Formats: sequence, C-alpha cells, structure tokens
Amino acid sequence: MEAIAQGIREAAKKLLSQGAVDCVIGFAQGTVPMRDYPYFAYTPEEADNLTWSRFCCNNLSNFLVRREMGEAGKVAIVAQGCVSRNIVGLIKENQITREQVHIIGVASPGMVDRGKVQALFPLKTITEVTEDGEDLVVKGKDFEERVPTKKVLRQNCYTCVQRNPVIVDEMIGEESEATHGGNIDKVAAPWEKLMPEERWEAFSESIKDCIRCYACRDACPLCYCHVCFVDEARPQWCGKTQDEADVATFHILRAFHCAGRCTDCGACESACPVGIKMRGFTSKIEKDIRELYGYAPGMDLEEEPPLSVYKPNDPQEFIK
Amino acid sequence: MYARRRFAVLKNLLEYVGIEPGRLHFSWISSAEATKFQETVIEVTDAVKALGPAKHMIKDIRKVA
Repeated sequence: MEAIAQGIREAAKKLLSQGAVDCVIGFAQGTVPMRDYPYFAYTPEEADNLTWSRFCCNNLSNFLVRREMGEAGKVAIVAQGCVSRNIVGLIKENQITREQVHIIGVASPGMVDRGKVQALFPLKTITEVTEDGEDLVVKGKDFEERVPTKKVLRQNCYTCVQRNPVIVDEMIGEESEATHGGNIDKVAAPWEKLMPEERWEAFSESIKDCIRCYACRDACPLCYCHVCFVDEARPQWCGKTQDEADVATFHILRAFHCAGRCTDCGACESACPVGIKMRGFTSKIEKDIRELYGYAPGMDLEEEPPLSVYKPNDPQEFIK
Repeated sequence: MYARRRFAVLKNLLEYVGIEPGRLHFSWISSAEATKFQETVIEVTDAVKALGPAKHMIKDIRKVA
C-alpha cells in the first residue's frame, strides 16, 4: 500500500510542478485512527501529505462538482473503481467535462468499516491502526492485535464488482481482481424476504437513530442540487422534525433521487455518525435497475442513463 | 414511457420499505377515454378504501411541534 501511496505522491508532484493541474485531490492521513480525510494538494510540497490506505472511505468525485477551476483549468483526482464510475456519471450529467479531470487510477484495496473494527474491541479506545499486508494491526492502551482486513471490510467493498477504475489517465500500481469475492445478489435488498407487514418495521428500525444531519447527502457525489429538497422552505417538501414520517420521507426520497445513478460506493454509510445502513434500501433500487433494465451505473461513458431512456417492451405489469 | 421506468422503480421501492401495495396506482388514460378514467377512479378509491387509513408516515403535529 505504501508503494501505491508513494506512486500517487510522485504522480501528483509531477503534475503540480508542470502546472498541468491546479490541484490534486487525494487523501491525507487523519488525526484519528482509520479516518483518512480528503486532501487538496495545490503545490508539489503539499503533495507529500498525500496517502493511500484502506481507510479512504470518502468518495472524492464529490469534490469535482461546481469546483472553481484555476489557471490550468484541470484537477487531478485519485480514483478507484467506484470513484471513477461516479466521475463517468458526473460527465454524463454534464457536471464536469472529461478534459477537466486527470484521473490517477488505483485499484481499490477495499475500504475498512470503522464500526466493525471498533465492535471487535468493545469499550476500548483504539489509538492506532496500521496496515500490514492483508492484516490490520490495532493498538490501544494495553492491547495490540492483528485483524484480517477481510473480516472488517465494508460490505459494499466485499461485494464490489469493479475495483479497478473504468476510465483512467495514468494508473498507479497493478490492476487487481475485479471483485473481493462477495456476491451482491446475496446481500442486496435484504428485506425482500420479509412479509410486507414486517418490512416497514425493518425499515423504520434501521433509520430510527437518524439525527437528520445530512452527512449521507453531503458525502454523496450524486447529491449536487443547488437546493436540496429537504432544505427547500417554499414549498417545504419534507418536514424538519425527527418524527418517523419526516425521517422516512427524507431517506426514501434521497434513495429514489439516486436511482440508476448510485454506484454503491458506500460513502453515505461511512459518513453516517450514528451508523445507519442506508444500503439496506438503496441496494433495492440498484438491484431493480440491474434486473429490470440491465444497467450498472458509471461503467461506460456512452451508455444512456436508464431513467432517461425507455424501451417499448419495458416491464409494465403494474399499469392498469 | 420515461414515467413507466420511474414508476416501476418507485413502486418497487415503496413496497420494499413496507408501504402497502395498492396505494400507488398508475394508468395510461387518453383525454378521449372518459369511461376508462371513470372506471379507474372507482377502482383506485375502492382499493384505497379497502386498505383503510394510512398506517405509516403519519405525523402527529401535537407530538412534534
């Protein structure tokens, strides 16, 4: 992993010193364990702070939208599979142009779910987590343990189907296997097997801790509306309270706005301060899009977005 | 035609999170199809009446104000 981080730093330095890009968007090491944060390197010296690890949970393509371009009119971005798919999405939705981004591609190692690591050490404070090959070394005040990363991978990374970037200007390191071995169809839409009456229970239980902080929305590269429907006051589409009805409205509508666009990058879940698993319901939409229209978002620059086109023989059993 | 795709996804999502099937209806009705319109309205109101008052997504203003 350190070799890839070094490769990213070198590539960033080269681009910045040539003046080919205004800025390199990557990650820097966080001050808290397992929290590497998005970092914007504007000078070759700042590029030394860039890193790459299994703790890079944000989706960097989020920072491309409405970005003020400097002299070079171009930014470089570190992108693994999902991020590159979101960049494709942003290009298709006319938020950026292909010429405005220089994609530094990396194969995704699969990101770690901080919650899963913490759950292995209940009531203990983790002070340091480092990567050692396929293991994490977790340290605290009076303990040090090795944890296999496979055990604490985010679920969406485990079932990922595209770890390698789909579009790339330069690749750092080798391409990896496309998946981590998980099968998305086994975990997508987990409540489908429940009875209709039980589903609301499962859904409302999963969102009951929501504090309406909108971190999921802010972390999402698809949520770039100038005024989000939840912030709109006239008319007020969605109430501001933490009542179940308002919380449910927010989550259902946010999920639906991402229909046919969500790449299952998991940034929403990683951003959530109370650990809500939005993928419980967003995965249902992805599954439908996949099964009804045979579409996986962001895989191809040419393909039309599934909800912006139609076919005469689309399913229509529900129409009376 | 675009709506057909969007409604297919929305209907599945609402049923998936536990909103009863039968609360969301979708029909093609031309402006010349008055009879079909009337029949559909009857069908929809009957279906919703049979389901009864909403069980979820009810906000009690006295509780949240």
